[in-house]
Amino acid sequence: MSRDAILAALKRNQPEISPLPADLSFETAGDADLVSKFKAMAEGIGSTVFLVSTAEEIKIKIAAEFAAATRVVTNVASLVSPEIAAFVWNADPHTYENVDVAVFQPRLGVAENSALWITEDRMGVRALPFITQHIVMVVDIASLVPDMHTAYQVIGEADYGFATFIAGPSKTADIEQSLVLGAHGPRSMTIFLCAFNEESPAFH
Amino acid sequence: MLNKTAGMKEVTDKHPELSEMFNRDEARVDWHDETLWWVRQKRDKSAHSIPEWEQLRETASQIKNNVLSNLADYLSDFEKQALKNGIKVHWASDAQEHNHIVHAILQQNGITQMVKSKSMLTEECHLNEYLEKQGLDVIDSDLGERIVQLAKEPPSHIVLPCIHKKKEEIGDLFHIHLGVPAGTSDPQILTETARQHLRETFLTRRAALTGVNFAIAETGEFVVCTNEGNADMGAHLADVHIASMGLEKIIPQRKHLGVFLRLLTRSATGQPITTYSSHFKKPREGQEMHIVIVDNGRTIQMGREDFRASLKCIRCAACMNTCPVYRRSGGHSYHTAIAGPIGSILAPNLDMKKYADLPFASTLCGSCSNVCPVKIDIHQQLYKWRQVIVKEGYADTSKKLGMQLMTFTLSSPAIFKTAGKAGRWVLKHIPFAVNNKFNPWFKQRDMPEPPAESFGEWYKKNVKKNN
Repeated sequence: MSRDAILAALKRNQPEISPLPADLSFETAGDADLVSKFKAMAEGIGSTVFLVSTAEEIKIKIAAEFAAATRVVTNVASLVSPEIAAFVWNADPHTYENVDVAVFQPRLGVAENSALWITEDRMGVRALPFITQHIVMVVDIASLVPDMHTAYQVIGEADYGFATFIAGPSKTADIEQSLVLGAHGPRSMTIFLCAFNEESPAFH
Repeated sequence: MLNKTAGMKEVTDKHPELSEMFNRDEARVDWHDETLWWVRQKRDKSAHSIPEWEQLRETASQIKNNVLSNLADYLSDFEKQALKNGIKVHWASDAQEHNHIVHAILQQNGITQMVKSKSMLTEECHLNEYLEKQGLDVIDSDLGERIVQLAKEPPSHIVLPCIHKKKEEIGDLFHIHLGVPAGTSDPQILTETARQHLRETFLTRRAALTGVNFAIAETGEFVVCTNEGNADMGAHLADVHIASMGLEKIIPQRKHLGVFLRLLTRSATGQPITTYSSHFKKPREGQEMHIVIVDNGRTIQMGREDFRASLKCIRCAACMNTCPVYRRSGGHSYHTAIAGPIGSILAPNLDMKKYADLPFASTLCGSCSNVCPVKIDIHQQLYKWRQVIVKEGYADTSKKLGMQLMTFTLSSPAIFKTAGKAGRWVLKHIPFAVNNKFNPWFKQRDMPEPPAESFGEWYKKNVKKNN
């Protein structure tokens, strides 16, 4: 069996045990203002960032930014409105093919690269953050962390079926290194930074 | 459809001949060189903005050293966790077994068409070629890979597959295959065309194959990084997801991803992170998820003490972008799936005779080792491979003759002096004797003006004067 042959060959050929580095703490540039850092990084990779303080503001902005959109969905309950439909689960991911805008609340944001961590339970279906033409992220300022090390500390041993870091709209530079936004996933990313989250009173 | 790797089998030319072909178009070589250097500069800017960069590289290197020293156990752990998560795990000793496994999975599900995101391993295994021979259709979904697939060429770079192509040439391909008006060359329009074409592909394929950037022993999950979102579009819409991984892709714990995800794209293109770093842990409801763990020579490389560190590679391509030889000879001149300095130390392990030329395709300047995010001693391994190749008798005759002549010349001061004098005389009096096509050094270069005297002669004269 190939499995056993491969493992035996490795046992035979691998070198003496070399220890893992004792700790993963790094001298960093320091805890600068996470919001400014995150915003600058996000805008640097093509996202649009708004600082808002109420759910109402988010609804108004989404309606204005995506006036032409016909299918807007969210699984952030307090954002549901006549313009923004509540996400309805369908076992066939292909049925989301015509979604114009999808609104999510990721679990954390990383200031050093503006990556947003979102787990399957907050996606509705796995395909949605990718198949939608435009993606909107509602980010709790309190969920921002400085770097990827801190991000994985927060994630810890969390269980999920699927999760991803998303940083900006999908993009490619495969043709002569010219950057084009909107490769196969969303054409744009809009981020609302707010001082509250779904559970807080401001959303109700 | 003809496979893009089909042509590679016929290639008998070695790096010098293939580079010569690439160098016929001087303007294109300059453009290729400058484009990759620009990518290298973006890497520098990004790396320099992280004060702890060197500490990160050292940490990544130590983690990978640990992985190599404990790989058998880590792979067993990974398998155990992945199985627990509901993923089916397969093991392949070589390329052929890998291809058979993928084929069998597709057959069992009655699937004849598959969409594939970037996987250099499947290039190494010539999977597309194999599946197409079985009557299956494979579409590459990474834009650069789709372009070279339409051109029936292999990728020339592991991160930027069509970096050797001009936008006008891509426009011509899209005119023929995707129906854009003749003469289209705007990257925005070309990308939009590919988006529409591949969206239809994603929506209609029931199987998707992706590569694996990192596989976590602790949790049994694997991470796939893309900017385009093509791996996710394929995997989340398909009934069957197959992930192919080289067995060295293991890292011990989830938290180690923090180190590698910070290094990978900053080293590759200077981006702070890829748009998507997707963590696949369990199949979605109703989906089949398979992992194929591939050896294909890796366990042998593990046994080569001088070369096993090459298995630390995370495929960022920083060594290619910085390499003065790669930039001026192009990826295809390496006639192997992974070009450039890292490819030149991986390939001879697979076939020493076929790839005997590659360790010589380097100036040994060491820039590759300096930018490597996991601190592989690439240029030293290139140097060591040369010795192995000469010793095993795989060096070509002219190289052997040259080395013998060099040994003879350097073995006696008198012969060395005479040879130097003769060289200067030839350059001065009969330059056409060296400025011709029989002198490989003259290709794409002008011979230097001969100095009036050697350093030895100058030293003798001046020391005398001063005394």
